[in-house]
Amino acid sequence: MKTTPGETRAQFAETDGGVEIRANGETRSVPPGTSVAGFLARHDLDPDLVVVERNGRILRRVEFDRTALEPGDELEIVHFVGGG
Amino acid sequence: MNDRLTLGGRTFGSRLIIGTGKYDSPRTMAAALEASGAEIITVAVRRVDLDASKEESLLHWLDADRVLILPNTAGCYTAEEAIRVARLGRAAGLSDFVKLEVIGDEKTLYPDVLELLTATETLAGEGFTVLPYTSDDPVIAKRLEDAGAAAVMPLASPIGSGLGLVDPLGIRFIMEAVSVPVIVDAGVGTASDAAATMELGVDGILMNTAIAKAGDPLRMAEAMRLAVRAGRLAFEAGRMEKRAYATPSSPVAGRVGG
Repeated sequence: MKTTPGETRAQFAETDGGVEIRANGETRSVPPGTSVAGFLARHDLDPDLVVVERNGRILRRVEFDRTALEPGDELEIVHFVGGG
Repeated sequence: MNDRLTLGGRTFGSRLIIGTGKYDSPRTMAAALEASGAEIITVAVRRVDLDASKEESLLHWLDADRVLILPNTAGCYTAEEAIRVARLGRAAGLSDFVKLEVIGDEKTLYPDVLELLTATETLAGEGFTVLPYTSDDPVIAKRLEDAGAAAVMPLASPIGSGLGLVDPLGIRFIMEAVSVPVIVDAGVGTASDAAATMELGVDGILMNTAIAKAGDPLRMAEAMRLAVRAGRLAFEAGRMEKRAYATPSSPVAGRVGG
């Protein structure tokens, strides 16, 4: 997991000025400047084991770091589970 | 063993495809996979639980170098949903294969073949190797082939029912109608079902519940490996003709005291 120092600071800056997004159908508030990679790290998710769709477009893994979450973003974060 | 299954340009040494659902633990699933000899294994695409503590990934239990991990679109009711899930599954970066499921009815889990056809056409056009779960209707099977399906996967009986092959005639008609592989998907309950299905000459069987919910999944996985192989061999050998009356197996001439 790669996060920039700025992102790491942002993760701990729990302020009212959070960015509201929807992730897997639920409203979440994240610190301004949080990237997709940062969001995954906050939720202890391995970026190599999930697929992320942002506003209907699937992100390539190389985009996780450089994609900052914006108000109203819709994230769909999926992985593989048992199924037939 | 030189008998191989070819799908989407890849060849596989086993004609058995198994699912990863409904196992008591991932460890049992992994052991069953090993015992089954399957080289293709299906998985579902689902939202991660953002509030769960770190979950162990299913992928930790599967070696993508040894088995083809086949994402499904289970739970999708429209072509649009299924296409979206197929794209998400492919974005995991493991293959272009998708087991395409578009369900039309909750009670029977029968496919909505109209939506299935639409999704097959779109995904095949995007370069997916599309393996659609379909009904035992040869007309639809042919339409799926024409739409670009790499195989057709008719059901033996409803998903998870364990009823076995209820319409062998439908499966035979499908085999005559299409030139892509025919893989019977869903409904097999036990080893004799699998052997009887393979004896029809289908190219493979996909199953999940029959193994996962057997009393001993590892033994059933091995039973299925043997049954699929036995059924295939019997098909290739060509069975004897059935006849109404007995014919002696031993010579009639030269009986003692005759």
